[in-house]
Amino acid sequence: MLDIKDLAVEIEGREILHDINLTIKTGETHVLFGPNGSGKTTLIMTIMGFPKYKVTRGSIIFNDRDITGLTLDERARLGIGMSFQRPPVVRGVKTRDMIAACLGEQGNEETINRLAAQTDLTDFLDREINYGFSGGEIKRSEMMQLIAQKPQLALLDEPESGVDLVNIALIGRLINELLEKDCPIVSRKCTGFIISHTGHILDYVNARTGYVMCAGRIGCEGDPHEILATVRERGYEECVSCFIKRGGVKIASDVHKERG
Amino acid sequence: MSEAKTSRTYRDKAQAAVNKPAALGEDIDLNSYLGSTEAQPYQADPSQLPAKAKERMLEAGVILDDVSQRSGTYIQIDNTPVHTSIRQEGVEVMAVSRALEKYDWMADYWWQAVAVDTDKYTANVELNQFDGYFIRALPGQKTIFPVQACLYLSKARLAQKVHNIIIAEEDSELHIITGCTTASSGEPGLHMGVSEFYIKRGAKVTFTMIHSWNSETAVRPRSGAIVEENGLFLNNYVLMKPVGSLQMYPATKCVGENAVVRYNSILVAAKGSSLDVGSRVLLNAKGSRTEIVSRAITTGGSIIARGCIEGNAPEVKGHLECRGLILQDGGRIHAIPELKGNLAGIDLSHEAAVGKIAEEEVEYLMARGLTRTEATATIVRGFIRVDIEGLPPLLGTELQRAIEASEEEVM
Repeated sequence: MLDIKDLAVEIEGREILHDINLTIKTGETHVLFGPNGSGKTTLIMTIMGFPKYKVTRGSIIFNDRDITGLTLDERARLGIGMSFQRPPVVRGVKTRDMIAACLGEQGNEETINRLAAQTDLTDFLDREINYGFSGGEIKRSEMMQLIAQKPQLALLDEPESGVDLVNIALIGRLINELLEKDCPIVSRKCTGFIISHTGHILDYVNARTGYVMCAGRIGCEGDPHEILATVRERGYEECVSCFIKRGGVKIASDVHKERG
Repeated sequence: MSEAKTSRTYRDKAQAAVNKPAALGEDIDLNSYLGSTEAQPYQADPSQLPAKAKERMLEAGVILDDVSQRSGTYIQIDNTPVHTSIRQEGVEVMAVSRALEKYDWMADYWWQAVAVDTDKYTANVELNQFDGYFIRALPGQKTIFPVQACLYLSKARLAQKVHNIIIAEEDSELHIITGCTTASSGEPGLHMGVSEFYIKRGAKVTFTMIHSWNSETAVRPRSGAIVEENGLFLNNYVLMKPVGSLQMYPATKCVGENAVVRYNSILVAAKGSSLDVGSRVLLNAKGSRTEIVSRAITTGGSIIARGCIEGNAPEVKGHLECRGLILQDGGRIHAIPELKGNLAGIDLSHEAAVGKIAEEEVEYLMARGLTRTEATATIVRGFIRVDIEGLPPLLGTELQRAIEASEEEVM
């Protein structure tokens, strides 16, 4: 489903991600952990195709097709969707309009109202998207848009950040529905890739594989619960020192020196 | 004939101001326009007006084939009223010349909300008075459907001069949709329109004006309103078609406690259009409130978007919101929001923003599968869609339809 090979990404001339290799099979959910600023968001923004993130090496293969050169909207139409950590306010554009855009030709009032009820956002349909929304409302709105979009690959950027306990349970349920967690893995059509700094989302959403990203590299890969247990016990500092021991981490200034 | 019509005072004042340039806007040479034209025949059945005229009027929100959803209709072609009718008790719709003959109290309303010597345009309307509409809701009467009025410029190079009086008596409710348009798509013309609004105690007036001129038309509306205690004046203005030069800065005075005024303007300036448009509200009575919202888009033309709120009484509140979007190079928007606070305890605020569409917003929509063009169109559509509180659903729908009909030219 998703195959990332030897990927390097730069923003405004500065390399942020180095030698990323990652494979996610259809129907699986993988989680990417990592300290703040480690490059997690950069990776999913790159997979989504935001023009600011420039691929300098490697490739992104989606459903056996090299999408590295495709634009953001082309990738969305191929079936990649994402929930934003901090989406912009778009004044004048209503939540209803966004859901209609996500639904495309399938869109009708009944479906929009049903999705809003499901995400507890009925009163938000006629409000401008993200304008004055609380943290939880933003995350629910993002999930509503993704569910409407029905992506084959859902990229979720910190779905639990800034969300209270009541909302996190609802968001967990919505993610499980989106990722068809009640179906056997072989029959699932939606694949998930979740970024989580705290890992709280794992209390609600099961994942098959976890990774830790540090300084733009993926260090370890393994059982996400085991990784999270280590992070919770010893913090990301442990991961960083582990990488350093293994010679796997180069700080940004070293990279610059090498390139310079 | 009432005193108003024969008053020498107004004529003298007008005479003194006949060459007085306006405080704002390009000076229009009145000599380059025709002063008068032949009278137009009266048409008892407005659906019998020429198809082309009806089509243009429809673009400006005036429906003539089926007037069942209108409380009354007034149509003026050039300087002649060609049709007036009413469909609801308690509402009066007639030519202002007729009202001047009928009511001797018209002096109480004639040049009371707009000064006759404001500039040469008001002076010329007084000195060369032809006609205009008189719309009045009787005390306690509430219109179910809006009254519609159309000022239609059919003759090339004509200077159309109009003086309108709108009165909402105590506790009445009056909805008006007015469309101003021109027959020609390319001939020059001049529209000078004076409109005076009197909103009495507890009355509610919604006034929705749609302008649909051509790129050679000069337009100089001069409007004033006086709102009494607990009165509500909701004024919506839409200009999405090209115009030559348009300047207006209507002013509303809240003279009664808790009067409320809302102005909403949607302005689009195509290449070659020059707009200087704003709204002023004087909060002169305790507890009066206002909200002025404007959305300005340029696709190559020039817009000065003004707004002014003056707080002159205790516990008044006003907010001014002016947002501008420059969609094409060559376009220019100059937002001039003004707040004048003249005593303690008032609450006035404004926000103004001028710029291009944020790339981050376009990309957000593209991440949902919209192409760049679709995403941009969605954002622009949202920008010009102003939710207007207090507008009857029918008018809200019609206003939205009029906006959507012009969207293509903006995109």
